Amino acid sequence: MATIQSITGENEQHPDVALVEQVRGGDVSAYDTLVRKYERQIFRIAQHITQNREDAEDVMQDAFLKAYEKLEQFQGNSKFYTWLVRIAVNESLMRLRKRRTGKMVSIDEDIETEEGSVPRDLADWAPDPEQNYTQAELGRILEKTIKGLPPGFKVVFELRDVQGLSTEDTAEALGLSIPAVKSRLLRARLQLRERLSRYFRSKKGSGKRGVKSDVH
Amino acid sequence: MTCTEFLALLDDLIDDSVSADTRAELQQHLHGCDHCEVTLNTTRKTIEIYRSHEIYDLPADLRERLHAAIMARCKKGC
Repeated sequence: MATIQSITGENEQHPDVALVEQVRGGDVSAYDTLVRKYERQIFRIAQHITQNREDAEDVMQDAFLKAYEKLEQFQGNSKFYTWLVRIAVNESLMRLRKRRTGKMVSIDEDIETEEGSVPRDLADWAPDPEQNYTQAELGRILEKTIKGLPPGFKVVFELRDVQGLSTEDTAEALGLSIPAVKSRLLRARLQLRERLSRYFRSKKGSGKRGVKSDVH
Repeated sequence: MTCTEFLALLDDLIDDSVSADTRAELQQHLHGCDHCEVTLNTTRKTIEIYRSHEIYDLPADLRERLHAAIMARCKKGC
């Protein structure tokens, strides 16, 4: 799968690094470019973790402001976006802790769940199943489906599969090990698949709970 | 190859990061296993649907308002 940031080679400078240098040199308009480039992605990450639109708006603003303040600490050897995601994830978790009155919330909490480890609903889906729903209905289904996943699963799925980051960049952004990212991604994919099956399974045999399992 | 072994390599297959030999083994398993074929196809479709339908998108007016607020604070030195 193509990744957002793997276009440049090992020794080539990422375009974001040049923009960061310009900001450090006093050019605020270069920061404007960086904000425009990443604001929607950061908002989505914040929304996945906080599950609250107002909080996500605040987190997005705070993350960009904090990144601006701390820009001197940014090391050119890491990617600006992964550094920014890390700030946004921390801001989101802090916001969530405040809402839950101090209860610890962590992205690296490994949630042991049977769900998704072995696919149970084996019904095939209708061809282009999303076309049975309006855009608004589909949006609600996708949102409702992903909401039930643990925060660490949602963010890994968002970064890897929706935004197209590499496993290594996702691990760096979230402060997780590579095996932890891989394990969460597999479970996130399988859990989402299983939950979407309720809506997308093929009509024939829809009265049954999936086709007969023949797992070997 | 068993279904459990197939499932352990599902992500690598989807992400196209398996060797030619492993891919051939996975393909061979798929030929005889409807269960894994459905799992693979519907998992791919899950990813595709989430990629092509952005949830939590920012409406343009809200985005502009938030953007302006960020930049105003940055210009003041935060």
